[in-house]
Amino acid sequence: MPVSLSHDGERHWNRRTSRTEWLRFAGWLALAMLFIFTWRVMTQDTIWAFVLDAPRQAADIGSRMWPPRWSYMSALWKPLWDTINMATLGTLLAVILAVPVAFLTARNTTPSVVFIRPVALLVIVSSRSINALIWALLLVTILGPGVLAGVIAIALRSVGFIAKLLYEAIEEINIEPVEAIRATGASAPQVLAWGIWPQITPAFAGISVFRWDINIREATVLGLVGAGGIGVNLESSMNTLAWPQVTLILIVILATVIVSEWVSAKIRHALL
Amino acid sequence: MSSISRRWTPPPLIANRALRYGVYAGLCLYLLVAFSTIEFNWTRMSEGAARAGNLFAGFLRPDFTSRWDDIEAGLLESLTMTVTSTIVGIILSIPFGIGAARNIAPAPVYAFCRAFIAVARSLQEVIIAIFLVVLFGFGPFAGFLTLAFATIGFLAKLLAEDIEDCDPAPLEAIRATGAGWWQVLAYAILPQVAPRLIGLSLYRVDINFRESAVVGIVGAGGIGATLNTAMDRYEFDSAAAILLIIIGIVLACEYASGYIRAKVQ
Repeated sequence: MPVSLSHDGERHWNRRTSRTEWLRFAGWLALAMLFIFTWRVMTQDTIWAFVLDAPRQAADIGSRMWPPRWSYMSALWKPLWDTINMATLGTLLAVILAVPVAFLTARNTTPSVVFIRPVALLVIVSSRSINALIWALLLVTILGPGVLAGVIAIALRSVGFIAKLLYEAIEEINIEPVEAIRATGASAPQVLAWGIWPQITPAFAGISVFRWDINIREATVLGLVGAGGIGVNLESSMNTLAWPQVTLILIVILATVIVSEWVSAKIRHALL
Repeated sequence: MSSISRRWTPPPLIANRALRYGVYAGLCLYLLVAFSTIEFNWTRMSEGAARAGNLFAGFLRPDFTSRWDDIEAGLLESLTMTVTSTIVGIILSIPFGIGAARNIAPAPVYAFCRAFIAVARSLQEVIIAIFLVVLFGFGPFAGFLTLAFATIGFLAKLLAEDIEDCDPAPLEAIRATGAGWWQVLAYAILPQVAPRLIGLSLYRVDINFRESAVVGIVGAGGIGATLNTAMDRYEFDSAAAILLIIIGIVLACEYASGYIRAKVQ
């Protein structure tokens, strides 16, 4: 009990025993030391002259970036269309791939907890660990630059995300309708279609729309590695130091992201 | 009545019939048009098929040894970047999170913090990294700043929402004892949000490591730079080794954070 008697016989209550107090202190100390150590390792090759120069650089680039070159907009419509398509088609492909993976992962629908579930989980983790940009990097060397590599990169990254959230939704379903359907003599596919699927439809639609919204954001940068979309223009404008164009591209990206977030919020609100 | 089919069908997602078919038709049309604008370069793809084979072979026989020095350096940069950016990001996101909570922050502070969070969230990490590399030079310092900035956007928003969802009764009780603003924060708000804040911070460690692999592609240091070089040289076995290491570390992070979160919450 963290109650101590002081010398004049009064009882003092402390929140923690001195043992936990010391343990917590040691934990914080270890964290602080880890931070200092990693900071030193990380900054040993940093050229501080560049860092100190950054505010001046920022002011310089800022002055070059303004005003945006609005006339460049005419060249941006096609890449913008490609960007949105990459996000949409990529999400669609991901959904098609993620649904079976989710059913194989969920404890209550997987055919085998011992053999198939770990494999499906590995698929989910691998897909989630690797960013769409890295998938795009791989796919551009295989498929060549273009929108197709972007679509597949988006899809491969999204499979894990959608499958993870979907299998968690499947594991939380109410078992009673499933048993009722089974009691009528329904086959396994029928139980799936009439007992399980209706229960997860809202979650499924919500997750897909949510991922589409994230994918719009991801698709804007895939062009940096050659996978099509507005990122290609960003890359070429940066390389030619055409800062007014960069500003316009950033404005377009921000606007697209905000609109897609609004659309996705509206749809999810209507669904749930 | 007998002419009506006895077959039951589940209610559709969109109740209005015209709207439903309109939405379906519109979606189909859009998908057709979108699909038709994708270019399929079959000759390029058949060239790439050999590389795809090499890549899969690389995954089956990853080469950890021949580029190990570069991989080790990249990993060290990524891990140090992850730790420093997460810690700095958390420390900075707390004031921003408090400032963006409507129930405890004054209106001008609230507006400023919300605007900052909105900008930090809507720009991709990679875009921020490009700018910071231009400003701060190549290397992990730019990556550290990028990830810390992104962490603020992520954590501050969730923290603000958490504070807004706080149970108001303890707040009122602490205020009734004559406590000042800081005391309300320490005794009424902090105990309510601390467990979730710890959980989210651990989750962010995970995200920051994954993102640190990406910002390297644009020159901000870390394992991404090593991966990019390996891909440029078509050394798929080294690239596969790097990807497997990333997957392994993310998996370890996820298990560790799951374990700690279960203990804390």
